[in-house]
Amino acid sequence: MSDKDFTSNEMMTIAASRALKNTDVCFVGIGAPSAACNIARLTHAPDVTLIYESGTIGTAPQVLPLSIGDGELCDTAVTTVSVPEMFRYWLQGGRVTVGFLGAAQIDRFGNINTTVIGDYDQPKTRLPGGGGAPEIASSCGEIFITLKQSKRAMVEKIDFVTSFGHGEGGDHRQRLGIATKGPTLMVTDLAAWKPDPVTREFTVVSLHPGVTREMVQAECGWTVRFAPELVQTSRPTSVELSTLRDLNARTKAAHSGGKNGEAA
Amino acid sequence: MAEFMTLPEAVAQNLNSGDTAAFEGFTHLIPHASAHEAIRQGIKDLTLVRMTPDVVYDQLIGVGAVRKLIFSYAGNPGVGLLRRLRDAVENGWPNRIEIEEHSHAAMANAYEAGAAGLPFATFRGYKGAELARVNPNVKSVTCPFTGEELAAVPAIRPDVSFIHAQKADRKGNVLIEGIVGVQKEAVLAAKRSVVTVEEVVDDLWTHPNACVLPGWAITAISIVPGGAHPSYAHGYYPRDNASYIAWDKIAADRDTFLAWMQEHVLDATPEDFVDRISHLRSAA
Repeated sequence: MSDKDFTSNEMMTIAASRALKNTDVCFVGIGAPSAACNIARLTHAPDVTLIYESGTIGTAPQVLPLSIGDGELCDTAVTTVSVPEMFRYWLQGGRVTVGFLGAAQIDRFGNINTTVIGDYDQPKTRLPGGGGAPEIASSCGEIFITLKQSKRAMVEKIDFVTSFGHGEGGDHRQRLGIATKGPTLMVTDLAAWKPDPVTREFTVVSLHPGVTREMVQAECGWTVRFAPELVQTSRPTSVELSTLRDLNARTKAAHSGGKNGEAA
Repeated sequence: MAEFMTLPEAVAQNLNSGDTAAFEGFTHLIPHASAHEAIRQGIKDLTLVRMTPDVVYDQLIGVGAVRKLIFSYAGNPGVGLLRRLRDAVENGWPNRIEIEEHSHAAMANAYEAGAAGLPFATFRGYKGAELARVNPNVKSVTCPFTGEELAAVPAIRPDVSFIHAQKADRKGNVLIEGIVGVQKEAVLAAKRSVVTVEEVVDDLWTHPNACVLPGWAITAISIVPGGAHPSYAHGYYPRDNASYIAWDKIAADRDTFLAWMQEHVLDATPEDFVDRISHLRSAA
């Protein structure tokens, strides 16, 4: 750990970014996925099509948007469509290959909760809700998930199924008539996970540099399964790191709103 | 036919306590000035509709103007949760509110159905999603041609929709540019509509396929420069992200919130919005 020249958050963003291909059409969820998707675009996947639910298609922001509808997204997009068109023609129409989601709470089958902590009618914490995610989860070709690990976030049983992953596992998606693949990758700050081909339980396939099995288990609320051939995630390259740090610096300057902000 | 009037007149003539009202805007062009005017006029007991209730709905809820909220994502995007909404849902302060919660796809389809004069919307959605369990307005229909089971939700038909737009011409035709969201549908789905604009021009000078709402489809227009702040008006001023970040602290405490509302809403006027964007214009 001591010789690391990058943070675990940087490793997470960069490892997640590597999953996107140049030919992908990606529906970008709010929060952590936005950084990963734009690092992909700024490094190995310059032609990736990034879509935000505000209707911006093929966007290429210079700074990360604070919301999913910052003007920067529209200014740099190939086209901007209405929200009904976005959800009807482009998402439901089956034109999106990857949906990239974050999660407040997730279980081992990639079911996601962003609605409530506690009971729905008497919630302990009222979260924002699903937004576009319930249909992103079922209409995109496949789903990538990225989140920082913690026992609060990765739980045995989520309090509310906002977005359906693999349900109870196995062929649960097919049984509900969902034709898309669902969650195929989860990248955390500690590891990369893929669903078991049969049970669909998320299994650690790659540990980030300096991370042990025990560290992954310590920040996960269910008993973690590890793939037999566990590999180590490649360290961030200097290009990946400098691209991410520059993007974060530009973003911070743009959102501070102070007189010193050089962007915008 | 759209009638030009002051914002206090437009709100007084078109919004009543007990109404179902939409103040729409998808991050962009959020009609803050209209909502503030509604708060000043003491409108109560509203059923509020919006896909993405954010800061201004937090304010309406926090002052006790809301009875029910129909929505699909309630947050301060990129910042966090809506603390006044949380206080209402979790603690009943200042009053309990009823929640009807959907996904974006459902709301977008429901607005479109409202604009199209249909009683309900159908789409492929809510598969495996638990919202279908807690929201009795999520039902299903079977396609008469293929047998596929699809989700169904009732059309959204507000009594009144409020939107903000870049400009109107002197006949009241309104141009919406940039992230157009669901505002056209919200206006056409509603019985009445109020549009605030940055300015009135002789000619919209736009291209043939632009998003223009004809004046005859709008009830009232008010000229309120800066009326979307801290949201933005593409081409006029950018989103005031610093204000959205600052809101999190203001809304965290009931007394701080009430003091802020007194100073910036109750003791303010629609004309104050233009000052709030003066420091942003150079960056637009």
